[in-house]
Amino acid sequence: MTEFKKPIVGDRPAFDSEAEPFIDIQGVGKKFGVFTAIDDISLKIYKGELFSLLGGSGCGKTTLLRILAGFEKPSKGRVIIDGIDVTDMPPYERPVNMMFQSYALFPHMTVEKNVAYGLRRDGVSKAETRERVADMLALVEMSDFAKRKPNQLSGGQKQRVALARSLVKRPKVLLLDEPLGALDKRLREHTQFELMNIQDKLGITFIVVTHDQEEAMTLSSRIAVMDKGNVIQVGTPSDIYESPETKFTAEFIGSINMFDCQVKESGRDHLVAHCGSLGQDFHLDWGVAVKEARQLWLAVRPEKIQITRQAKAGQGINELPAFIHDIAYMGTHTIYRIRLANGQILQATTPNLRRSSEGERNLTWEDAVFVSWDPSSMVVLMK
Amino acid sequence: MSRDVTNHKLSTLSSGSLVKLAGDVIGRLIQRNWKRLVLAVPLVWLLIFFIVPFVIVLKISLAEGMIARPPFTPLFEWAEDLSFTISITFESFRFLVTDDLYYSSYLNSLLLAGKSTIICLLIGYPMAYGIARSRSDIRGILLLMVVLPFWTSFLLRIYAWMGLLNKNGIINGALLSMGIIDEPLNMMFTEGAIYVGIVYSYLPFMILPLYATMEKLDESLNEAAADLGGKPFTVFYTVTLPLTLPGIVAGSLLVFIPATGEYVIPALLGNYDTLMIGRVLFDEFFSNRDWPVASAVAVALLAFLVVPIMMYQHFQAKDGERS
Repeated sequence: MTEFKKPIVGDRPAFDSEAEPFIDIQGVGKKFGVFTAIDDISLKIYKGELFSLLGGSGCGKTTLLRILAGFEKPSKGRVIIDGIDVTDMPPYERPVNMMFQSYALFPHMTVEKNVAYGLRRDGVSKAETRERVADMLALVEMSDFAKRKPNQLSGGQKQRVALARSLVKRPKVLLLDEPLGALDKRLREHTQFELMNIQDKLGITFIVVTHDQEEAMTLSSRIAVMDKGNVIQVGTPSDIYESPETKFTAEFIGSINMFDCQVKESGRDHLVAHCGSLGQDFHLDWGVAVKEARQLWLAVRPEKIQITRQAKAGQGINELPAFIHDIAYMGTHTIYRIRLANGQILQATTPNLRRSSEGERNLTWEDAVFVSWDPSSMVVLMK
Repeated sequence: MSRDVTNHKLSTLSSGSLVKLAGDVIGRLIQRNWKRLVLAVPLVWLLIFFIVPFVIVLKISLAEGMIARPPFTPLFEWAEDLSFTISITFESFRFLVTDDLYYSSYLNSLLLAGKSTIICLLIGYPMAYGIARSRSDIRGILLLMVVLPFWTSFLLRIYAWMGLLNKNGIINGALLSMGIIDEPLNMMFTEGAIYVGIVYSYLPFMILPLYATMEKLDESLNEAAADLGGKPFTVFYTVTLPLTLPGIVAGSLLVFIPATGEYVIPALLGNYDTLMIGRVLFDEFFSNRDWPVASAVAVALLAFLVVPIMMYQHFQAKDGERS
């Protein structure tokens, strides 16, 4: 259907320590009166990235975007875009355009005039304006609606016009505030791929603000997870998902099962921690720089958990007896809620590989099972 | 005895159920026609207090003046032989066209109202914008301050202006005592005083509709325009101004229409040389006792003002379609 290139980690300058950042946010903070919207953020974003600012409401992500656009002045810190300090530059001089969450289309102008607005302000000739507007509307597949007013368009169509309007000036950076927020699920999925396609075609650096982790995961080359005015972690979607650095990140993105543990044995290539309430040792096959007796969280993602009827032969590492507490069939996979001996509920997901499990009895409520996972699947989160 | 009691009971019962039945019928009628009833109230009001008086005025304007009571000829007459005569004359309207006085006072009124409207717009627009963009907790207080003068009678407020602008008034007194001027300024009974009075009195009518449109304005539209390269002034005339146009039109008409026929302000604050149609009208009625001409002046004034009102209606209908 829609073909697109997934960013290949190797080509991305974000992973080259020598590369010049395209957007350099240096120690930016923003206070509104006594309220601190952004505490202290430093970020380096590279040319051609599709970078997401992900966080819950009030985490400061929109404020940061507005600082980049020039609508808010930071209380401290500098913002450098393509080598130029834009901290004190008004929005109309910045090489940056924004797609607003509400789309902010001018209701008194046709689609065409909306898209042409930015070019008119730059004094681009009429002939060139016409051509560029037509090209842009063709790119977002809105050519047939050029003469319509915004109130005659559906949500998805408005979104395309807003995108065309913010791209027509060929900005160095495109800022997108919850670009898919107002669309229904089906349209969202379609538009996600389209956005990535367009970004790939034009090579413009995109910075996306979103509260939707799924959106961030699919769209982004890198994600900055934000909370309470700070960046908690920056990384590729898989970094963020598979190696969260904090409990916040781990819980914010996807589901995760946590165990309150104490380090029993810490080696260069392994770690053993004891979970008191379960009376169980958990094993990791990689080393973490922690001292013994330190309290920490061990966590495992639901899809890493295996459910078996019999205990596996062997040492029974990371294996626990449990009961099926609840089952939710989701079509592509099934979510099991599993009750451990201490009453803790684990979440485990298993893909539905076959249409029906012929010959093998399905798991059902209150079945006694064993849950287990590989020593490499666990994540260590410091307290 | 006991039979009487039962009879009595029966009759009360039946009359009670009759009332109930009647109530039901009326209730159902109201339920079915409530929309018409709601509309009927203002319609009847307009009929009694506008249409009927207007027809009377129109009737008088088509009569001839005479020294009698009432001071005009009757339009219809039943003679004793039961013959029916209708005597209509357009003499009064012809008089309006031929005498320069009316022409120049209409023009003067329209000019004065027009200039006052522009001044109100120039003052009111930034005020309304300021209120609409103010912090939400003080916005209510600011709006209250705009309508606060309505707590006092209009006439009293114009008298207060007389006290301020008078030769021995507060402003002159203050300026003299501060030594800024040596002799009192002549402010009272000038055209300037009329403008002060009209702008002061009608400013709230400009601010309120402007505020209503500005309050609905999405701030992100301004930001989007700035983001796309619009400098502040460009943003204003390409986005803010066109989107607040309905408010500008509404406010301007609310000021222009009553200001055109304004009588009290020019009568109290203006000099007698400033011809305004309201005063001409008053003089025709009460000094000249020429009711037909006065009525013709009133009818013509209404005709003048119906045009902008219809323009406004048209504009609003178009605006309604759009949103």
